[in-house]
Amino acid sequence: MAQQIKMHLLVCGGTGCRASESDQIQASLEHELKVHGLENEAKVVTTGCFGFCEKGPIVKVIPDNTFYVQVKPGDAREIVEEHVIKGRKVERLLYTDPENKEHVADSKHMGFYRKQIRIALRNCGFIDPENVDEYLARDGYQALGKVLSEMTPEDAIKIIKDSGLRGRGGGGFPTGLKWEITRKSVAEKKYVVCNADEGDPGAFMDRSILEGDPHVVLEAMAICGFAIGADAGLIYIRAEYPLAIKRLKIAIDQARNYGLLGNDILGTGFNFDIELRYGAGAFVCGEETALIHSMEGSRGEPTFKPPFPSVEGYLGKPTNVNNVETFANIPPIINKGSEWFAAIGTARAKGTKVFALAGKINNVGLIEVPMGTTLREVIFEIGGGIKDGKKFKAVQTGGPSGGCLTEKHLDIPIEYDTLIAAGSMMGSGGMIVMDEDDCMVSVAKYYLDFTVEESCGKCSPCRIGNKRLHEILETITKGQGTMEDLSKLKNLSHVIKDTSLCGLGQTSPNPVLSTMENFWDEYISHVVDKKCTSGVCKSLMRYVIIPENCIGCMACARNCPVNCITGERKQVHFIDQDTCIKCGTCLEKCKFNAIAII
Amino acid sequence: METIKLTIDKKLVEVEKGTTILQAAKKIGINIPTLCYMNLGDMNIENKPGGCRVCVVELEGRRNLAPACATDCAEGMVIHTHSIRVLNARKTVVQLILSDHPFDCLICAKSGNCELQSLAHKLGIREIPYQGEQSTYRKDTSPAIIRDVDKCIMCRRCEVMCNEVQTVGVLSAINRGFHAVVAPAFEMNLDHSVCTYCGQCVNVCPTGALTEVDHTNQLINDLADPEKTVIVQTAPAVRAALGEEFGLEAGTLVTGKMASALRELGFDYVFDTDFAADLTIMEEGTELLDRLSKHLAGDKEVKLPILTSCCPAWVKFFEHNYPEMKDIPSTARSPQQMFGSIAKTYFADKIGVDRKKLIVVSIMPCVAKKYECSRDEFKVDGNPDVDYSISTRELAGLIKRANIDFLSLPDEDFDHPMGESTGAAVIFGTTGGVIEAAVRTAYEVYTGKTLKKVDFEELRGLEGLRSATIDFDGLKLNIGIAHGLGNARKLLDEIKAGKSMYHAIEIMACPGGCIGGGGQPYIHGDSSIIKARHKAIYAEDEGKTLRKSHENPDIIKLYEEFLGKPLGEKAHHLLHTHYFDRKKEIFID
Amino acid sequence: MSSIKIKLKEKDIAQIDEICKSFNNEPGELINVLHKVQTTFGYLPAEVQDVVANKLNMSVAKVYGVVTFYSFFTMIPKGRFPISICTGTACYVRGAEKVLDEFKKQLSIKVGESTPDGKFSLNCLRCVGACGLAPVVQVGEKTYGRVSPDLVKDILKNYE
Repeated sequence: MAQQIKMHLLVCGGTGCRASESDQIQASLEHELKVHGLENEAKVVTTGCFGFCEKGPIVKVIPDNTFYVQVKPGDAREIVEEHVIKGRKVERLLYTDPENKEHVADSKHMGFYRKQIRIALRNCGFIDPENVDEYLARDGYQALGKVLSEMTPEDAIKIIKDSGLRGRGGGGFPTGLKWEITRKSVAEKKYVVCNADEGDPGAFMDRSILEGDPHVVLEAMAICGFAIGADAGLIYIRAEYPLAIKRLKIAIDQARNYGLLGNDILGTGFNFDIELRYGAGAFVCGEETALIHSMEGSRGEPTFKPPFPSVEGYLGKPTNVNNVETFANIPPIINKGSEWFAAIGTARAKGTKVFALAGKINNVGLIEVPMGTTLREVIFEIGGGIKDGKKFKAVQTGGPSGGCLTEKHLDIPIEYDTLIAAGSMMGSGGMIVMDEDDCMVSVAKYYLDFTVEESCGKCSPCRIGNKRLHEILETITKGQGTMEDLSKLKNLSHVIKDTSLCGLGQTSPNPVLSTMENFWDEYISHVVDKKCTSGVCKSLMRYVIIPENCIGCMACARNCPVNCITGERKQVHFIDQDTCIKCGTCLEKCKFNAIAII
Repeated sequence: METIKLTIDKKLVEVEKGTTILQAAKKIGINIPTLCYMNLGDMNIENKPGGCRVCVVELEGRRNLAPACATDCAEGMVIHTHSIRVLNARKTVVQLILSDHPFDCLICAKSGNCELQSLAHKLGIREIPYQGEQSTYRKDTSPAIIRDVDKCIMCRRCEVMCNEVQTVGVLSAINRGFHAVVAPAFEMNLDHSVCTYCGQCVNVCPTGALTEVDHTNQLINDLADPEKTVIVQTAPAVRAALGEEFGLEAGTLVTGKMASALRELGFDYVFDTDFAADLTIMEEGTELLDRLSKHLAGDKEVKLPILTSCCPAWVKFFEHNYPEMKDIPSTARSPQQMFGSIAKTYFADKIGVDRKKLIVVSIMPCVAKKYECSRDEFKVDGNPDVDYSISTRELAGLIKRANIDFLSLPDEDFDHPMGESTGAAVIFGTTGGVIEAAVRTAYEVYTGKTLKKVDFEELRGLEGLRSATIDFDGLKLNIGIAHGLGNARKLLDEIKAGKSMYHAIEIMACPGGCIGGGGQPYIHGDSSIIKARHKAIYAEDEGKTLRKSHENPDIIKLYEEFLGKPLGEKAHHLLHTHYFDRKKEIFID
Repeated sequence: MSSIKIKLKEKDIAQIDEICKSFNNEPGELINVLHKVQTTFGYLPAEVQDVVANKLNMSVAKVYGVVTFYSFFTMIPKGRFPISICTGTACYVRGAEKVLDEFKKQLSIKVGESTPDGKFSLNCLRCVGACGLAPVVQVGEKTYGRVSPDLVKDILKNYE
């Protein structure tokens, strides 16, 4: 009775919107439709992430593309009674354009979507990820069919090579070349591995694809298996992604039932099946050799390359490792051809890139833009600029391996090489925006804290060096840093990059080096003037009494945990800076605005 | 073989494909410093995790520095091993390692033998600019080995020895990042674990993180005590290695100088474990023949193969891992314990000293022997048969401490009666020796004939697993030999599966046998030293007039005067033992 | 690492045995086995690791090495209401640290600890991907978004 359905209500079922009770919205919508006897006319579909997480939970109405934002379960009734029955859009739930303050009824006209081109995310937010039929209806498994029936493995590899697709997980290694090397490695058993151990803090591209369009990954892995000569696929996924795991499991079962995985796929004699392997919380397992050791049940410590996994990988067999987003590009390339793909992007970077936009930005969310888009376009047009009208200060790309870029980098086109030249990197696509309130020394410290926590400990520069970097940064943020510390930071950073065993250590000093390069003044003010201009570093703050406002009520002195405030009743009080621990209690207790932070 | 041409420090070098930069450089006299790297070539042990990053070199056209130990040479490579970039990186890396290392070099047990110390010296490090938190762990003292993990630099050599070579599996890398370290499960004490105390971890540890328990101070006190009679026994492998500590070439035998030195140190009697080794052959050889003849007569109760039982690490290994087969090894005690048992009965009576006033000390190439002394079944009313054991390394230290100029010492003999020995006893010190000694005696006893040639070349060698068939006048005796516990495990699994073809098997825990023991002078990765010691042992055997244990006149006398006959009641009581099921003996603390 | 001393019951051992068997007692499946076992017992005390090592025929040191490598595995039982604060970058720049400090202050425990009554435990986790709601706190299955320090007390009140 699908013909009778006139309207689809798409409810975002991504992790972010789920956290804001989107499942209850879905239930309420279904309930309301039932109450009004509309079950056969309108259908509620839980989809993957729409990308516009800032305004979640999102409900989108098809066919008119109405985009409701920040919907609550209680809004279901109104949506059904007004929109579904009377055809009147619920104005108060529409997205308001921050520029002209007008409601935007059609998502196509939202600034957030206008500049995006969706290849990897093309199905996210459009289909029910738990229903293979919806994937099939959008050309799903057509690419696999095409490859199996019309192509040789070499043909498939050639298309991927010609498309210019490069790995989307960080390094940017040409995908077709990787496949070719694995194809040429002679062995009786080979593996296709999907790296879904997305670990950058502030990145959720892969999770959104797996939650919103799990079949695309399965299809691409099968294509890869055919191309390299493998019959087994493994998806290494973070155990912290329960929804993605659930949907992958459903997808694998459905694909097996439809003969799209398993033996004799589509009657072509090609066998390929996929199993899940769970990560257990180790960032370093994003590195492919570490990932392989983890899949083998060992500590996720990287090993020296060569041998590369393409030659000697999982259980010693040739293994092709690609990440989720890379795989998500494969079926469209096969379907539409390498030329179509190569026409998108720039000369050195083809296609699109998905970014997780977060931090002090208006439109937090998941976006996909052509390579070569500028940071300015991403941050100010798609991202809607800086939150609360503050001033843009920096954008961090590439997660803990990347660097902080500034105003002067805003117009460079986003590509693998341009970002590296600017002192950062593409990484897996995290993009964190910072404003004037962020202290860049503290930001560098934050990333080092992460690296110290996540270093596997195998090689000494990363194990000890990063710890020392963090300690020096800690000293600086405490106001005890010296100029000598700054030169130590520099030398140590270069040596760690130069000598570490794997990509983690080879890039971990980037946040330090890039902030030193771009925000040298901030380091100097911490070290020389003992000031944190952003007001973040607690130790560099001073709590002082404003004599004009102090009435001598003694509330601050009574509550000070270290008794550093002196003064008689009805006299102006005084804070002894040597004893003050900057806990802020006095500020909290003063009712007369007589305490200030300088 | 395909060859590759490359340039290292402006010198052209041609090497075989698969050669590492480290090996290629060595070939042209460039010694790139290493720390975690370990290559015991002949034993097929190579550790190159590429973890320490000390051996990094600059490779033209490469973004970052490459570890020389793990990078294969490629055609046309241009390598710089001491450019300013390399020197700075190497120095910084070592400074970092030092910044997380205790600064107690002056009083560290490893001082002078520490590879990290030498490296810091070599690199001219005079300051440690990067100071910060140091990792601290609980110090763990077991009966034989001390773990001071604060000094662990994560080279992972011990982990390789414990897991891959010995398959004991006590040590593993634990934790992550700055807190990563090598330790037993749950950081439990070694004496709560399945550790065999083989000491191979101690042998390869580059720093003072793993060392043996020091008994030298106890010995110095006992020697100074006028109330005590202190006697010493020295194991065969010691004389083949002790000289190395005094600058002598590896493989130099120092039997006579060692006897002099021990006398200089103040021991009242200087005896030889070889005496007890001959005694072991009398018991173990007889047991072999006994079990063999019963087996041949169709007795299904009798189990074969018989396994040697001289090695305490090996004994503990099977008590933990194969307790269901604890009736297979020979019940004969080890030479060390036979010596102690006879010393504190027969000899104590002879000189009229109470066993509590008689201190029996052993000099062993081993650290497991320290543990063996402490086993309860080798005590009488709490008094141990052997009071404590001193390693070869500790003895060298004692000699130096006593201001003895070892090299100018005269060659002296051992004292009587427990100093007499045969060549058969000497070869106990190397893999294959115990079984060869047993064969020499068993053959003559079994066949009633005199051997024309006592050398059984087919039993010798340094292959990890060896086998030979010896013709006992028509009876074909299948013999297996394993050294290294990983190799032993293979033979034990065969026995467990009922697939063993052997009548007798010799097992030694350490690669090479006792010459490669955990208490021997450090070889710092030079496995040719093991070969030299191996040769020296057979040279000593060859130089002996008596080469069969049953021909040792003092042994014959011992049976006549005291023990009666091999496997007799007294012998059983004093020279044999029993084994324990230690499968459940893991404490989780 | 500190661990709670427990005595395993026969049925616990049988349960572990069952899990190991479902992975063919394959040492390569160690991580999958540990995931399952931790789901069953809530944590991985030493005794449990010992049984797992036995069943998979591998050294308990190796099992411990793996358990201590991955942050997902824990040897300390979690509170009845495990509190996890996302310290991903997005949450960090939006003030996760201050929220964490407030939880520490309110509960008087450090990260990785449980309250003495076993009610709450406090942990940090990496990005949960709800960056639009930053800073994010999870209590059990429930996710709280846009948490500020002054909301901490209210969150805790839900569990009284």
